[in-house]
Amino acid sequence: MSKNYDRIENTTVWSPGPGCHGGCGVRVFLKDMPDGQPAKVVKIEADPCHPWNQGRTCSRLLAYTRYLYHPDRLLYPLKRVGERGEGKFERITWDEALDTVESKFKQFREESGAESVIFVQGTGRDINAPLTFLTYAYGSPNLSQLGLSGQSCYTPRITGACMVDGTLTVADCSQFFEKRYEDPRWEVPKYIVVWATNPGVGCPDGFQGHWVVDCMQRGSKLIVIDPRATWFSSRAEHFLQCRPGSDGALALGMLHLIIENEWYDSEFVEKWTQGLPELRERCKEYTPEEVERLTWVPKEVLYEATKAYAANRPSAIHWGMPIDMNPEATTVAQAIAMLWCLTGNFDVPGGNIASRGAFGIAMWPINQSQVLETYGAEFLEKINSKRIGAKEFPYIANTRLYIQPDLAVEQMLTGDPYKIRGTYIQTSNLLGGNAADLNKHYHALRNMEFNVVVDLFHNPTTMAIADIILPAACFTERNSIRVWHTPAQVIRKLHEPLGEARNDWEIDFELALRFDPKLREKYSKLEDFFDEKLKPSGHTFESLKAIGGWVFEKEGVSVPYRRYESGLLRPDGKPGFATPSGKVEFYSLNHEAWGLDPLPFYREPPESENVTPELMKKYPLVMVTGRRSPVYFHSEHRNIDWLREVDPFPIVEINPKIAKDRGLKDGDWCIIENDRGKFTRKVKYNISMNAKCVSVPHGWWPPEEKGEAPHYYGAWKYNCNKLVLSQVGSSSGYGGGAYKTVPVNVRRAEPGELDAFDEEVRELENA
Amino acid sequence: MRYGLAIDIEYCTGCNSCNIACKQEHGYDAGTFGMKVTELIYPGVAEKVQIDFLPFATTRCNLCAERVSGGEDTLPSCVRHCQGKCMAYGDENALFEAAKKMKRPVMYLK
Ligand code: SF4
Ligand code: SF4
Ligand code: SF4
Repeated sequence: MSKNYDRIENTTVWSPGPGCHGGCGVRVFLKDMPDGQPAKVVKIEADPCHPWNQGRTCSRLLAYTRYLYHPDRLLYPLKRVGERGEGKFERITWDEALDTVESKFKQFREESGAESVIFVQGTGRDINAPLTFLTYAYGSPNLSQLGLSGQSCYTPRITGACMVDGTLTVADCSQFFEKRYEDPRWEVPKYIVVWATNPGVGCPDGFQGHWVVDCMQRGSKLIVIDPRATWFSSRAEHFLQCRPGSDGALALGMLHLIIENEWYDSEFVEKWTQGLPELRERCKEYTPEEVERLTWVPKEVLYEATKAYAANRPSAIHWGMPIDMNPEATTVAQAIAMLWCLTGNFDVPGGNIASRGAFGIAMWPINQSQVLETYGAEFLEKINSKRIGAKEFPYIANTRLYIQPDLAVEQMLTGDPYKIRGTYIQTSNLLGGNAADLNKHYHALRNMEFNVVVDLFHNPTTMAIADIILPAACFTERNSIRVWHTPAQVIRKLHEPLGEARNDWEIDFELALRFDPKLREKYSKLEDFFDEKLKPSGHTFESLKAIGGWVFEKEGVSVPYRRYESGLLRPDGKPGFATPSGKVEFYSLNHEAWGLDPLPFYREPPESENVTPELMKKYPLVMVTGRRSPVYFHSEHRNIDWLREVDPFPIVEINPKIAKDRGLKDGDWCIIENDRGKFTRKVKYNISMNAKCVSVPHGWWPPEEKGEAPHYYGAWKYNCNKLVLSQVGSSSGYGGGAYKTVPVNVRRAEPGELDAFDEEVRELENA
Repeated sequence: MRYGLAIDIEYCTGCNSCNIACKQEHGYDAGTFGMKVTELIYPGVAEKVQIDFLPFATTRCNLCAERVSGGEDTLPSCVRHCQGKCMAYGDENALFEAAKKMKRPVMYLK
């Protein structure tokens, strides 16, 4: 490329654009424009000096200019002028938009209490902090990933594992050190267990997937646990092709083998843990034979893989979102966390290490004690008493602060125990993305008096239910900070936003100050808030920007290893773990106090060959939704032409054996159905699925289709979640969204059937 | 002396960063490729389902002549951004040395 830029600026990613949870360092090539127009981004590259990504990055970031300058981007606040669904919106000023939101929500708060508004996020990115700030400034206890059954994304893993070792842990790929793989303190994991994830195609949860590949190149061997063969499984020493939803049984089977064969780290177990005898008893139920029956994994394979993991230290486990979608997901997480504790792989080089934000900074309160600290006891009590699901479920009352979303959608329809009147939905296209039981969510949102949606593009959610739409900015258009996990880094505004798009931090901040004017005494501008948060690093937003944008903690809470010895894991500074006993708890005292089973156990999916055999005769295939694509982030990016051509169609991956039995040719449009509904997909022959399962990527709503009712960009035509139950799948309250265990049949489409989906939506609208 | 690319298929994850990096560098529209990545799913040895990706340097690949000779970067855009860190760029001798260290190398000489 010839030099068509004026300057190169550095920043970090973690906001609209690539859509991810990662923190890539990037170099942005800018061309200054005449007449006060915003500078133009002509190119975007990875920053070779940034320790997170070390010069590389994903296709979505490299296609950023196509996203930023996409002609369909929402650039002005809009209000709905026609009926909901008609797709008629009119441009309004920011003042009018924010005044409307303010007055409506204040009216709801006065008349029905702040709990009558649910604040909704999607996967989060860096809007977790602003949305929480806004929700609590308004005073609502109801913060949620509404639509996502069981809040089944990371929350169950984090909260469940915390019962065991008191903390969030991640596979150690040297990410906490500035020098990364060169840091002498780090060790290469001998084995990495890649459990229910395909890390090469995404950067989930503050973890760049290709770090696993880096470790492979440095000698790590792989154990892969997945119903589907993946790039990683074909490079694995052990591949456990399990039945979807059976991870709990597998983990318990592994624990059983480790305990009975005494493959555990006896020194660590003796000094730092409690409850092994009880756990041993419990695991006796999970014999290799029983585990083979439940998981489809041959017992010899289970034995060899377990031994390889346990006998070769250090080894690490990297886990994925399907864990959260297991029935009783929190207990599955518990069992898996016990694996790294039992084997002495906790917070050691190359193991699973405790993760802390750089300098111990928490950008937003994510648990009870942090709310207490920030907002005080009275506020905490108020939100605990009203949070949807807190009465019924101990984790929702005592751990994280999200509501139980399956109860919430029910409550939006029934008004019981109190009326929900509005939603504030921030960058979450739930109707085109994660909402289980699509029709139910559609009706619930239609039942609201007022819905605000903040987003970057129209999508099925804006079209079907938005009353006000606020346009969010992309990452080069906004300021923010990122401390998840390390380093502490700034996201810098490099040019004025297009049109009137606004940093969603600014949007939420402004609204928060309107709902709670006292905040104005503390913060005159957003950067004051950033400065307050950054204090432990010794930096301000501006000074961190000035030194290049990021800084690692040299010593302290975010620096591994063996922090249970130094007291860095407990709030009281004593050695040990942040659990009631101060030890790793194989027998959970919290669970005992809350009336939950203190030991891990396995529960079948709500519908399966073992619990609903009759149903499985009718719908003999297990649909596993949600496999990732390297060019998309959930329901985004289908409108980016460079990316779309790599993965062009809403497909179903199906083993040719079962496809042929059904008269389905590669490339045919087929029907996938169960008693809850049907949708269509293009058949892709793929031997990576076994002959009992089909894989269906989620989040498909082709943006080139019509947006207004009854089309909604094909959301009712291609959306696999129509067939997914919305139900509470976990006695803790978190986890168990049954997205991976859906009994279905796949058949040829009848003539005319593919054109009849609009009719379904018409019926919904009239209902 | 010829120049080219060597790629270790063992570590190519099919992430398509090379494809998009090339499009961005050269301003190509969708449908035009300097590097095209093909997915290969086939029965491998020992009944293993093998999943590989083959990045193919098309006739449009000019090894980022302008970028590399203009001093903007020492590496072509695809090599710089390769997520699997499995691509090498250089002259034929250097490439052959690099390929010898790779598990399953493919080489493109221009
Ligand atoms: S998805 Fe990963 S590689 Fe892409 S921008 Fe985000 S962190 Fe970087
Ligand atoms: S070397 Fe340059 S031109 Fe060739 S494929 Fe890579 S990016 Fe494209
Ligand atoms: S960028 Fe590298 S890892 Fe990704 S597809 Fe291209 S060659 Fe493979």
